Amino acid sequence: MTVRTWITTEPLDPAQVLACVGAPEDGAVLLFLGIVREENEGRRVVSIRYDAYVAMAERVLAEVAREAAGRLGTERIAVVHRIGELGVGEASVAIAVSSPHRAEAFDACRYIIEEIKRRLPIWKEERYVDGEARWLAGSVPPVPASGGGAS
Amino acid sequence: MRVRVLFFALYRDLAGTSELELELPAGATVETAVELLRSQVKGLARLPREVVVAVNREYAARDTPLAEGDEVALLPPVGGG
Repeated sequence: MTVRTWITTEPLDPAQVLACVGAPEDGAVLLFLGIVREENEGRRVVSIRYDAYVAMAERVLAEVAREAAGRLGTERIAVVHRIGELGVGEASVAIAVSSPHRAEAFDACRYIIEEIKRRLPIWKEERYVDGEARWLAGSVPPVPASGGGAS
Repeated sequence: MRVRVLFFALYRDLAGTSELELELPAGATVETAVELLRSQVKGLARLPREVVVAVNREYAARDTPLAEGDEVALLPPVGGG
């Protein structure tokens, strides 16, 4: 079993993501879903449009999952991020991990979602009931200080 | 040399396009490209001073040298989830 990551425009199927992990020696299986909330900063949200630099997001997501596998001690990780227009209550991200013990699984899952928020080249445009829309402020990803040569 | 420039999210709105081709002098870096875009493309004068740039799908420093055919992406602050 290997780390699996992908980006999709289709609705997420948590069972499909869970089915990517798990082994007889595992005592812990975690599933994390990120969901579009009905409210943000006091405004009623209708939907969020996820824009992505897909080719780069696929690369960064795979890199994040590989780093998490190092912490987890197993390769049993699956991460999918959805892009396009998502309504309130729909899942934008699903993360499944499994390992013999729970501590490593929680740590790896938390690492993946935090790194997704910190460095995945994806942007969210929130749409509100009053018809307005705005790009949400993101975070500045870690950028090399000097570019003598690509890594 | 020529590079392909991609814009995303807010920067696509500012540029009014999702991509363009940019002619650069030999020895150009990420910095050269950003400053040229700032002066040549209406709307990009409003780019913040510190723009995040990816070259060939990797986050890149300002002094990263560019080469013919590179894919240079201007990225607003990011965040999935």
